[in-house]
Parts: sequence; C-alpha cells; structure tokens
Amino acid sequence: MENIAPQLIKVTIDGKEVQVPAGTSILEAARMIGPEVAPPAMCYYKPLKGTGGKCRACLVKVTAGSEKDPRPMPKLVASCITQAQDGMKVENYSSPEVIEARKGVVEFLLINHPLDCPVCDQAGECHLQDFSFEHGTGGTRFEEDRRTFEREDIGDKIQLHMNRCILCYRCVYTADQITNKRVHGVMNRGDHSEISTYISNAIDNDFSGNMIDVCPVGALTDKTYRFKNRVWFSKPVDAHCDCEKCSGKVTLWYRGEEVIRVTARKNQWGEVEEFICNTCRYDRKKTSDWTIEGPMKVARHSVISANKYSNKLVEKPSFALKYAAQNYKEVDDDRPYDKNLSEIKKSEDYKALMAKNEEFFSK
Amino acid sequence: MAETATKTAFTAERLKKVEEIIQRYPEGRQKSALLPVLHLAQEQFGWVSAATMDYVAELLSIQPVEVYEVATFYTMFHLEPVGKHVIEYCRTGPCCTMGGEEVYDYLKQKLNIETGETTSDGVFTIKEVECLAACGWGPCFQIREKFYMHLNNQKIDEIIEDLSK
Amino acid sequence: MANTKKILLEHINVPGIETYEVYRQKGGYTGVEKALKKLTPDEVVEEVKKSGVRGRGGAGFPMGMKWSFLAKPEGVPRYLVCNADESEPGTFKDHYLMKCLPHLLIEGMIISSYALGANKSFIYVRGELMYVIRILEKAIEEAKAAGFLGKNILGTGYDLELVVQPGGGAYICGEETALLESLEGKRGNPRNKPPFPAVKGLYQCPTVVNNVESIATVSWIVNNGGEEYAKIGVGRSTGTKLISASGHIRKPGVYEIELGLPVDEFLNSDEYCGGIRDGHHLKAVVAGGSSVPILPAHLFMKTANGEGRLMSYESLSEGGFATGTMLGSGGFIAMDETTCIVRNTWNFSRFYHHESCGQCSPCREGTGWMEKVLHRIEHGHGNMRDIDLLVDVAKKIEGNTICPLGDAAAWPIASAIRHFRDEFEWHVTNPGAASKPGAVYQHLNEMSV
Repeated sequence: MENIAPQLIKVTIDGKEVQVPAGTSILEAARMIGPEVAPPAMCYYKPLKGTGGKCRACLVKVTAGSEKDPRPMPKLVASCITQAQDGMKVENYSSPEVIEARKGVVEFLLINHPLDCPVCDQAGECHLQDFSFEHGTGGTRFEEDRRTFEREDIGDKIQLHMNRCILCYRCVYTADQITNKRVHGVMNRGDHSEISTYISNAIDNDFSGNMIDVCPVGALTDKTYRFKNRVWFSKPVDAHCDCEKCSGKVTLWYRGEEVIRVTARKNQWGEVEEFICNTCRYDRKKTSDWTIEGPMKVARHSVISANKYSNKLVEKPSFALKYAAQNYKEVDDDRPYDKNLSEIKKSEDYKALMAKNEEFFSK
Repeated sequence: MAETATKTAFTAERLKKVEEIIQRYPEGRQKSALLPVLHLAQEQFGWVSAATMDYVAELLSIQPVEVYEVATFYTMFHLEPVGKHVIEYCRTGPCCTMGGEEVYDYLKQKLNIETGETTSDGVFTIKEVECLAACGWGPCFQIREKFYMHLNNQKIDEIIEDLSK
Repeated sequence: MANTKKILLEHINVPGIETYEVYRQKGGYTGVEKALKKLTPDEVVEEVKKSGVRGRGGAGFPMGMKWSFLAKPEGVPRYLVCNADESEPGTFKDHYLMKCLPHLLIEGMIISSYALGANKSFIYVRGELMYVIRILEKAIEEAKAAGFLGKNILGTGYDLELVVQPGGGAYICGEETALLESLEGKRGNPRNKPPFPAVKGLYQCPTVVNNVESIATVSWIVNNGGEEYAKIGVGRSTGTKLISASGHIRKPGVYEIELGLPVDEFLNSDEYCGGIRDGHHLKAVVAGGSSVPILPAHLFMKTANGEGRLMSYESLSEGGFATGTMLGSGGFIAMDETTCIVRNTWNFSRFYHHESCGQCSPCREGTGWMEKVLHRIEHGHGNMRDIDLLVDVAKKIEGNTICPLGDAAAWPIASAIRHFRDEFEWHVTNPGAASKPGAVYQHLNEMSV
C-alpha cells in the first residue's frame, strides 16, 4: 500500500554506503551510488521484467551476506539478480577476483564476436565495446575458427547480424512484453543458439523497432539508418510529438539538417524507459514533425560528444606531446630504481629508442 | 517412409491422446504438453516439420515460435526428414572406452553413409547422440525406442540384416 | 561378505518383479500402507530426516532437509517432481532401477507426495527412455487399479495423481530448475536462483525435485525407520548407494553397495566389479559420473595420506580437488592402461559443449572453446601454451555460471591436466604418434597399480 514507507536497508559497495528500499538488487543499489561503483550489465535491462543473470558481466563479490549472517558468499554472484540485504558488504571494482572474472566474461563474449566495429552501425554506442575497453585485454588467445551465421532480414526495417549477438535475450523479452505477438526467439542451444524466426517470418508490429534500441551490440540494426553515418558524426537532439500510439518522446539524430535516425531516449545506463512506436521511429524524419527540446545530454567521455567542435578549439594530441617532451627534465637522484634506469640507459635498445624519439620530435 | 509432413493432422486416436495429455496438467498449463505432443507428432510423421510445429502450436493454443524454440533445443526431434530406421549411437566416454568408435566406424562403412546421412534407399539414417544412460552395456545405439547394447561388428551385421528385411 | 545389505535391489532377480502382483507379494506397498494409515506427513518427513539419506542425483544434499525447506502457503498446490533425466555419462542406475523395479519408484513417489502434501506429482524421464516410460505408465495403471493411486487412497482421503513426463533429449534438464522449465513446456534453461524451487518451483508453486534413487529409498525408510537406515553406511554417508560400474572391468553393471565399502573391495571382489579385465591394469577412475575430477589409479585407491579409500561421500572427496574427487551420482568409470586420457577428456568436453544450454556466456562460449582446443591437441595440432590456456579457461568458467553445468564442464578438464599433464605434453611434442588411432602414452609404472 502506498502509505507505508518502504523499509530501508544499508548496503556497502566498494566501501561506499547507501540506503536502499528492501528488495533492491545489488546492481540497482550500486547505480544509486553512482557510475563509479555500478557494475557493467550486458543482459540486465531494468525496464524489461525477467532480464538478467545471463551475461555474467555484473558478477560481484559479497564479503558479508548481511548484518544477521555476515558470512561471505562462496561464489561471485550476479549483482543484477541478487537482492541486497541489510548490512551486506559488496566488492565490485575493489576486488581483484571480480576484475579477473570479468576479464574472462569479456573474453568469452569476444571469442566468437567479429572484429567488424569499423563497419558496424553500433560502433560508438556499443555496450560490448565499452565493456571490453573497461575490462578486457588487448590481445586474444582464441585461435580457433569463429562461429558464423548468415545475415538475415527480420522484417523490412530490421537486420539481424547473428554473428554479433551476445544472446542477452533482451529482444525476446521486448517482443514478449511490449508487442502483442512474438514471432522471433532463441533457436537451437549452446553456442549454436541463435535469435531467429525459424521460418522466414517478418517481425511487423507497431513496437518492433524497440528491439533495435535494447540490443546492446550491433546484432539488431535499423535498416533505414544502415551505413548512413557514424554515431560520433551525428548530433542527437531530444524532441517530442503528439503521438497516439506512444509517448512520442524521442531522440533525433541529425547529420547537418537531415534527421537520419530516430530512437527512443536512453537513460544514463543506456536503458529505454519509454518505448516508442514504429511510426515515430521510421516515418517521422522531418524536423517539422517534431517539437525540439534541445541537445541530448551526452556524457563527456562518450565518443558521441566528439567532433562537435571546430578544429581550432582543440589542440592536437601530438602538439601536447611535443610540448611535454620539451619541458621534460631528467631527475637525477639516488633512489634504488635509478640504478636500474642507468643500466637501461646504457643498453643499445634504449639508445636506439632515444634516437628515434629525437628524430620524431625534431620534425 | 512415414507419412509425409504435409498432411498435418493427427489420427483420431492420437488426437484423443493429445486431449488426454493436456488433461494431465493444471488448467492453463497446457503448454506442459508440448514435449509429449511433439513426440507423438514425430511418431506419426517421422520427423517434425515447421508445418507440424504450427499444427502443434494450434492444438496447444500457443505461439508457433514457442514450439520452434523448444523443438530446436531438444536433440530428439528430427527437424529434417529421416530414414525409416534412425540409428542413434552413443558417442560419449564410457561407450568409446569400450571400443565404440571402431564399432560405429564399422556401422558407417557397412551402410556406406556418414553420421547425419540417410542411405539412398531411405531405410537407414545414422545420427550420433550423447550418453544414453547405458554405459555399462556399451557400446550401444538406439533405434526408435529400442536399445541395442554390447555392440560389436557381428551384432551390427545381424541387426542391419534383420532391419533390412 | 559384510556388505551384502540390499535395500533397493533386494528383489531385483525375482521373476516378474516389475508387475504389481509379484512386487506386492514381496512386501511391496506396505510402506504406503504404513505411511498413509499410521503416520502423519510430518512424521514421514521426520523419518527421512533421521535416516540422513542424501540426494542420490549427484549433489548429495540431505533429502530430509530439502523436504523441510518446502514452503507451505495456504491454498497453493505443492508439487513433487522426480528427476529421472539421468544423462550423466557413466551413470545408468536410474535407468536400471525404473526398468526392473518400476513399483519401487512409484511406491516411493506415493509416500513422498503424501509427506510433502502433493496431490499431483511428476516423474520426468529422459525422452530416450520411452520404453521405460511405457513400463512406468503400465505400473501406474496397476497401482491405480489396486487402489494405491487416484482418489481417496486406501480410504484415507488422500488423493494423488502420478504423471510421467518425457524429456526431449537434453542433459541440462537434469538440473532441477531446467527440468521444471522443461516440464512447463519450455526450453531447458536453468533458472536464476533464488527463488529456489522449494519456494517457487513448478508453475511458480513450492516444489521438491528428487532423484529416482532417493525416492526409491523412502519406502524402506518408512517400513524400517529412519534410525535403522542411519545405522547402515559410514558417518554422514548413511545407507546404500547404487553404483553404475562401467569401463574396463570384468563385470560392468549396477551394484548396490553399503556406503563405506572399501574401493579395493568394490573394484576387485567378484561380488562387484570383479577387477580389471584380464591382462590389464587400472590407470584412472572417474568415480562419480563424468563431471567429477578424474583420478589416477594410485590416488583413487588410496588418499594422498596413504589411507585406503572408501566408497563414501567423505572418503572420495578426501584431499579436496588436489588429490580427491567426489561420489557424485555414483557413475564409476574404470579405465585401464589402454585409455588415452587426452582423448577421453576431449570426448567429455565435447559432451558438455553439446549439452550447454547456451544461456550464460562463460558456459556457452567456454565449453566450445575448450572442446576445440582439446580436439586440436588430440589430433596433433596442439601447442604447449594450450595446456595452460585450458586450465585458465576452465577456471574462468568454474563458479561463474548460472547452474553447475559450467563446473561440471571445467572439472574433468582441470583434473585431467592436473594429474596427467605429461600425457597432454606428449601429445603436443609427438603430434604424429599421438594422433594415431589408439595411441596411448605410456606412463611411468608408479602411476598405475
């Protein structure tokens, strides 16, 4: 009942304390503290009921189960589906075990994932890119053949690149929960599992386009936007219209004066809170269709915020490097590592490197 | 060959059986009947085509995609036409420990087909499956409901001869 | 012999024991009579608790405790589901038991359902065993005709309906929540836990899932008392256990042993396996089904401390995974010196790759990766670094998945490399010789006994 205030419990994540309503998951509690402790999520999607637990990206270590039972949990747990308890202590980024496990998850997600970011429409707004950047390693240990699938059109507006899919099941939940009839699903099993309609079947209903927005990778892409632009060259603008089917709250993606894509608005965690209809997404691509609210808020570090300023205002990194090199002074003291340093300096490799550097900066 | 899959309707007897199966579960849980009904379908049609799956979906009042998802998950359903006798041999550890690999090679040689193929006369299909829970009696294979155990080349000769009649 | 106590297989050789008449003549269904007429459901649960019987499906969780966790909200049906999806390589005891003694399982199901307050119970049998399903269905008809199933059983007012459900071919459905999903007509994807089935199981109702063998012990426990049962066995490994014995032994088959039987006796006595086949000697043992760690002969026969091992939960796990293993489901696979451990490990890894449901990323991607690497090593295309890669990939899967299949896939590989690393290295350094059919690395003598 509404008049009963929810019971608040205290959770500590990476040493930071937060009060959350009972029943909150560890991941949601961490999000309340802020992005610095929030675990990554590749399959969990708050607006879709039942998601989570599958990708294992959000594994955390519970060092104390609760106030009542402070024993640690024996295994890492998926924070998106594990309820926080009063007095629970959780380690996320502060646990080497968690970081190691996540390194594993990135690797698993990437071994069969194509290295086609340069031609993938999702690049720049891909959660797998972010996840790999944050938790992955530079190289690969996978020497086997990659698993491949054929590209498939599911409906005239959506293309499925199964090679890129990480089987988060979000699109399946979307079809189940916000459309009236699901015609696609997960076929086969194990690493042969694939999103498919099985028989050639078009997904056509008024809300099917939301599958594109919930897809964390480039597996489901908007055919009307395909190869039109890189996301960092487009300018996102929040806009709304009076739509009879949905909330009408969208983001318009401009290239110059042209609206090249319409998507639902996403929150800080990349989640759509208000799903939009296909009419808004595909058929309203004129500025005159919309009431413009203003530029979409973009996180400062996001690649989407790049290329929005003229060259004159941004100094090129090479210049900065050169400046730093000019001002660099060698410190001569007798700390122990210095001895090693002087040894290194005598080596041929070092001399060659310095010569190369000099040549580079003198140009 | 079993009846072709284009005739997607159960016999009256099987239709009665379907009704009976649905009754086993609480009301509104008729989806539970999916696996038993798919087995019935395979029994009648020999394999499970998309049309068969649509028919099953209709019988159980569920979406066709729910049937596709399930039928492709489980390994017992033949999603493509198969021969009259489907020989499903166990390729897992204990059977191979007991010399299964050699015996199965002999079987393939004898029928002159590879795993997953059907003989040109449409009589035999060979499939490989994982553990059939008959490890102490291996090597073994299964043809429909029948288990053939302690296999050796001689036994294979006998079985094939018997089934070719 | 001391260990001849038979609880489950006492009448296995009686002709016609699969029929109701013969089973009844041999004292069958007296357990149902006693439970329904003389005991309350809670008293049955209490007896099972006292017996200390542990789940026979592999995990070894005390059955009485599992029963006592069952939530009992008002007006919500409760379900008992028997897990007869036996698919663990090396395990075939449930197949044997259901085929030969269907009424023993049905009697156990009636008593257990009564104890848990279930009025509709399911036996989920793997689909490959369709002929066993028909045997069970026939036995259910017989039991119903005799008044042990249906409405108002034995005039006590208790109703029970038993349903046999076929699977469709998926090892993963042996995991209890995957089994429940499958029983609901869905893909066999294990559920996230909590909630556990005891709270939200079949159709979101409180559910207990028990293995065939576990349920089959219940009638003996009710007839003789939990305390009597607890006297059999050793320590916390009470009672008897069915062991499925396969591999290079003289007498493969299903044996009922008293827990605590010395492994030496089990392996070598004529009452059980009858020793390794003529002219050969034991090289390695998988003691509890393909997922448990493989042990070299010397570590299987004796613990690292030199004590003779016993067939019990505790003794087999003595030494942890470094030098021990697990009793698991009792799938005992003996391998002699003609067995190539690398090939066998590849075979098992192929099994787990094939059977992974594909829901969570470490298992979906990791099982396939490990199989491919092992395939390369076995077929002469391996590198030394592949061996450590396998160990690391196994470590990254273990404990990080939704269900225990990830662990089950990781353990056999990690343990094979732990104990037989030289064999893997030999495959890498001698790719030509090692990839020939039947090629086996000859270990130093002390590896075998």
